[in-house]
Amino acid sequence: MFNSSLTQLGAALRAKQISSVELTQLYLDRIATHNPVYNAYITVDAKTSLAQAAAADAQLAGGQAQALTGIPIAQKDIFCARGWRTTCGSKMLADFIAPYDAHVIEQFNRAGAVNLGKTNMDEFAMGSSNETSYFGPVRNPWNQNAVPGGSSGGAASAVAARLCAAATGTDTGGSIRQPAALCGISGIKPTYGTVSRYGMIAFASSLDQAGPMARSAEDCALMLNVMTGFDERDSTSLQRDKEDYTRDLNKPLDGLRIGLPKEFFAEGLSADVGSRVAEALAEYRKLGAVIVDISLPNTRLAVPVYYVLAPAEASSNLSRYDGVRYGYRAPDYTDLADMYEKSRAQGFGEEVKRRIMIGTYVLSHGYYDAYYLQAQKIRRLIAQDFTDAFEQCDVIMGPTSPSTAFNLGEKGDDPVQMYLSDIYTIAVNLAGLPGMSIPCGFGDNTMPVGLQIIGNYFDEARMLNVAHQYQLATDWHSRAPL
Amino acid sequence: MSWEIVIGLEVHTQLSTHTKIFSGASTTYGAEPNTQADAVSIALPGVLPVLNKGAVERAIKFGLAVGAHIAPRSVFARKNYFYPDLPKGYQISQFDLPVVGMGALTIQVEPLSGNAKPYEKVVRITRAHLEEDAGKSVHGASQGMTGVDLNRAGTPLLEIVSEPDMCSAAEAVAYAKALHTLVRWIGISDGNMQEGSFRCDVNVSVRKPGEPLGTRREIKNLNSFKYMQQAIDYEVQWQIDTIENGGKIHQATILFNPDTGETRAMRSKEDAHDYRYFPDPDLLPLDISEEWKESLRATLPELPEARRVRYVNELGLSAYDASNLTSSREMADYFDTCVNTVGVHAPSPQSSPASGRGGERENQSSILAKLCANWLTGELSAQLNRDGLDMAQCPVTAQQMSGMLARIVDNTLSNSGAKEVFRTLWAEGGEADAIIESKGLKQVSDSGAIEALADEIIAANADKVAEYRSGKDKLFGFFVGLAMKASKGKANPAQLNDVLKQKLAG
Repeated sequence: MFNSSLTQLGAALRAKQISSVELTQLYLDRIATHNPVYNAYITVDAKTSLAQAAAADAQLAGGQAQALTGIPIAQKDIFCARGWRTTCGSKMLADFIAPYDAHVIEQFNRAGAVNLGKTNMDEFAMGSSNETSYFGPVRNPWNQNAVPGGSSGGAASAVAARLCAAATGTDTGGSIRQPAALCGISGIKPTYGTVSRYGMIAFASSLDQAGPMARSAEDCALMLNVMTGFDERDSTSLQRDKEDYTRDLNKPLDGLRIGLPKEFFAEGLSADVGSRVAEALAEYRKLGAVIVDISLPNTRLAVPVYYVLAPAEASSNLSRYDGVRYGYRAPDYTDLADMYEKSRAQGFGEEVKRRIMIGTYVLSHGYYDAYYLQAQKIRRLIAQDFTDAFEQCDVIMGPTSPSTAFNLGEKGDDPVQMYLSDIYTIAVNLAGLPGMSIPCGFGDNTMPVGLQIIGNYFDEARMLNVAHQYQLATDWHSRAPL
Repeated sequence: MSWEIVIGLEVHTQLSTHTKIFSGASTTYGAEPNTQADAVSIALPGVLPVLNKGAVERAIKFGLAVGAHIAPRSVFARKNYFYPDLPKGYQISQFDLPVVGMGALTIQVEPLSGNAKPYEKVVRITRAHLEEDAGKSVHGASQGMTGVDLNRAGTPLLEIVSEPDMCSAAEAVAYAKALHTLVRWIGISDGNMQEGSFRCDVNVSVRKPGEPLGTRREIKNLNSFKYMQQAIDYEVQWQIDTIENGGKIHQATILFNPDTGETRAMRSKEDAHDYRYFPDPDLLPLDISEEWKESLRATLPELPEARRVRYVNELGLSAYDASNLTSSREMADYFDTCVNTVGVHAPSPQSSPASGRGGERENQSSILAKLCANWLTGELSAQLNRDGLDMAQCPVTAQQMSGMLARIVDNTLSNSGAKEVFRTLWAEGGEADAIIESKGLKQVSDSGAIEALADEIIAANADKVAEYRSGKDKLFGFFVGLAMKASKGKANPAQLNDVLKQKLAG
């Protein structure tokens, strides 16, 4: 049951082979057993989940089931869910009960899915290893000493360890794709504006985008069908017709042009990751694709640009956590300024504070032009690189991350090394393009390797098709760590 | 050598939308604290701003009304600072790309010093931009603690920034009043100053003529024209005294205390914030199409300045009357209704088909307009003041007023009779004709009756007549008084004057 696809689970539920309550209880039991080790969930609320499951069973009985009705989905703890503690991995919101539903949560509720719990994450989604969470690190199911990646580390770990049927994540610089790669699962970050950010706690508003994390491209497509759609409450939500992302899954790949950016295979890439990606490309050739050499000349600027823009937006987005209206407030303070300083000093972790300081600095009078404005200009150049590249190819492929999962604490003292973990994913966010990671084998340390697929704007259906055809031809995605 | 005063204004006017600029929460004033604070107003994690189109439309209308450039694309920016009544830790405003660019407003200045003449001046408007208001800190709300009321947080504001074109308190007040009239006139703000819908920050500096601009100090949050004048007068004198005593002016933000009439520094430039403005990534750039702009231009009424000029040029009113009548759209519309309605009800009896030359018609309409103007700026305004009402609350409609004015024009009513009709209309309502009838106020204009009255008075006061004829001109009033009394106030005064003058001359 735990290895079933969403399609299979849906069929079993509709055929009354199992009820949603039974299925949810099975997952809850499994979480109770394994979560103490993996720490993939911050909050589990069996009563609420089972009540939702019972409601789903009623829908199933009434013959009103949709694709995901009754299926237990793990929600990243960045999405506000009414009545659920929503922490964003921070002490600042450790006791915050959300009074409203994020658009993504609403969409899953409408679809009849069961909220199985809130998954662990780097604090305010700032991190690439899930080590910055106030609720402790998450462990990689393939090796408990290794990180799951981040920031959606809890979601990736939960999917890989079969602690949920599928999960949601968010991706600001690689936070869906990098943990998906490190945990051997599939994840897609759609085009910016495709999934409403309403109720998704902001890290860097111009980059944040939610997406699914699951065990296959097909499951991702079904999840994406639920998550997307115009929402007038998010001004950056795109007004487009609802799509069926499964529609092209079974198209053949004959003549598919795969762009290979030379900058993705340069210094810094681990040899084993490079080999697995090359093998995947060979598989694609067998499926009828042609490889095109391309260049994304500004790739090396993506990380520095990102670490100007994302902290700039974050420094402002996180100003609301001031201890005045909700969230953490320091117990002792002498006056207003002291309350602000102590509440924020105690409520935020080191990485969050580092980025708030960077962001505050780059927006300061006298530095704004040199950093923020300059970074915005380069951001446009980076986007232009992709536009040019897509003249020559249909999708771009490369590694998701330069190495397989590293060990807990390994990069703790070196933020720049940690930031380089997202070197291949960040440019995609800067350009607002859709990006995906699927498993394509294992590295020297037997840890999963991710293949990144980058599509043109709104080309998610094609990317899912490209991923699905590979998953029909290979079985890397169905390998389980347990 | 005298000092030159340089003044520029920043005015925050609250736009009259029913909901907030970035959320659907109500903007109604005076609700219980935090009952109009929705998720966006209190800045819950995950909420996002959605721009209120009505606020944009009001900003565009303002820009069009001051002849300004409307930016086809403007940008919302975040102004970052920490304060308990600023829930997000930043205010959404506009910075380097405001919706309204350079425009201008013509003002009528009435100098405060005795015998200087009123004059006209054009004040340039640098820009106007949309932004959200903050909430309110309520100090000592309970047990010595400060409360935060976020009802006002997110209320739409248009900040209107002038060039430093004003050089006296009178000019600053005239500009503020003209702006206040305009925003109400075009219906973008209720302009209620007590409720903070129209707040002025005044930048003041002084210099010797020909010298570069002096250092300015900014008087914050003035919400009355009287205080504005007092604050500027005090501040100007303070700056001059400071410099003349060898001191220097330091840039600062200051507050005016109406109780003491003094200004006091709130913070100096040294502790000025670095607001770290940057474009708000939650909001798309604001694009305004030519069509949108033009469709709004079509909804604009005749503007106060145009109407003021029309009153002077076409109706022959004095600049003073024209200014007063255009002090609010209600007053101007009331006036227009009166002029048009009285003209219909009381076609001038003197007009004859043969003398239908344009000049004469203009002259008559000018007399009519002057009569209406006198009543509106005189009796009606005085009565409104006494009862503490504004024009919108006037109990006498323009139609009722016209009914009475028409009876003045056709000589049915004397001035005193008219006043009585007006008092009755004000207190009890009704129609002028019915009131004239029931109170017997119809004035006597029958020349035979008036001559008889004059003869009677002259016959009964032979001694006074003799005195008058021997040169005691002042006695004329005595005869008029007697005759008026005898007619119970109904004699047509002009006619009576003529007849008496003639007969007394012998």
